[in-house]
Amino acid sequence: MILKEFGKAGQQKLLDSRVLVIGAGGLGCPALQYLAAAGIGNIGIVDDDVVSLTNLHRQVLYSTFDVGFSKAEKAKFNLAKLNPDINIIAYKDRLTPQNALLIIGAYDIIIDGTDNFASRYMINDACVLLTKPLVYGAVSQFEGQVAVFNYQNKQGYISVNYRDLFPTPPLEGEVLNCAENGVLGVLPGIIGTMQANETIKLITGIGKPLINSLLTYNALNNRVYEIILSANTESRSLIPATIDEFKKMDYEWLCSPGKLQFEIDGAVFDDLLKSGSAGIIDVREPDELPVPKSFTYTQIPLSQFAEKITSIENETVILFCQSGKRSLQAAQLLFEEFGESKKIYSLHGGILAWLKNNLTEQS
Amino acid sequence: MLFGQLCDITGTDAIVLENIVDTDRLIDILQRSYPALIHSKYVIAVDKNIVSENTLLPNNSTVALLPPFSGG
Repeated sequence: MILKEFGKAGQQKLLDSRVLVIGAGGLGCPALQYLAAAGIGNIGIVDDDVVSLTNLHRQVLYSTFDVGFSKAEKAKFNLAKLNPDINIIAYKDRLTPQNALLIIGAYDIIIDGTDNFASRYMINDACVLLTKPLVYGAVSQFEGQVAVFNYQNKQGYISVNYRDLFPTPPLEGEVLNCAENGVLGVLPGIIGTMQANETIKLITGIGKPLINSLLTYNALNNRVYEIILSANTESRSLIPATIDEFKKMDYEWLCSPGKLQFEIDGAVFDDLLKSGSAGIIDVREPDELPVPKSFTYTQIPLSQFAEKITSIENETVILFCQSGKRSLQAAQLLFEEFGESKKIYSLHGGILAWLKNNLTEQS
Repeated sequence: MLFGQLCDITGTDAIVLENIVDTDRLIDILQRSYPALIHSKYVIAVDKNIVSENTLLPNNSTVALLPPFSGG
């Protein structure tokens, strides 16, 4: 590498470093490619998901041949072809408060390429507990954010973390869900590449990384806006103080307290069907398939749910949609309207998951 | 200045307002014009510095409202 800031010493620092990329998706793929190509000596990849055809527009490390296989393993395989001289470890398990500290503890720098708030808060808290620098990146539609959190400088001063920016996760409905909302494919490519860039700067000590600062990028108008962050007094009290406390945290619940309250699985759904007293509502838009045949239900699309909400008379209501996300939003709306006066349920995994396990419908 | 989904609520990424004393007053005015902002989460930056409590707005100051993103 011919760059006067780098030299042999810089290249050696990259080779000696250990970088963990959590989430090998839209952000993780480009970050991993550039880190491997730059010669980061030890790379860890955490992802419990499989490669999906509909994600290939932004997960450019994979090809159609990889569809259905573990992302972490395919990422490792493809990166090893790019640079066979580095060590790559694939973690196929989901990161949880139980395993996070052990995995994160083995690396020098952590890159957050996840796609949900529960993981983001868990990773931030783990990095604070272990004093690991966290290279944060996130996208929504046409905009992205990048920052370096929790970086300890030579004087021992530790920079702000994610909780200084957003102390608590948003409530259900306060932000759009990316999976429902879509992202321009190139955008995570840009943001993930910036995360790789910040990581290389941290390792080699060149330039001015985004410490105590949040950069936002808008892909539509190319506007870059950087704001200066400062410590939030609330932040420290929200982060678990000890490893034991961290392991007991329920980040899924923290990030969607409504979710566990309403969601039921297929077995409970079947029991409620048998009891016959529940009103079942399909909140998908008209004409969406598949159409379940073995039970009766009414249709109130989510787009009209708020205006038709008062017409729902049953005391027990089961909501379903395709994958269980829209029905959860409808459950929240129903709860806001009727509170505890109705028993409200949302079919987890949606009608698709239920049909998979239902023999009557398949025959 | 507005970022992310907040632009969908207001229909624009920038709004010019005059004679606003502080950020509390600003948010109050914005929420009256765009009630959906009441149910939105965001942080406030005044002249590119993040603020966590009510902050006086000097003349010609730029206020940015930035929502959290989760996508990856």
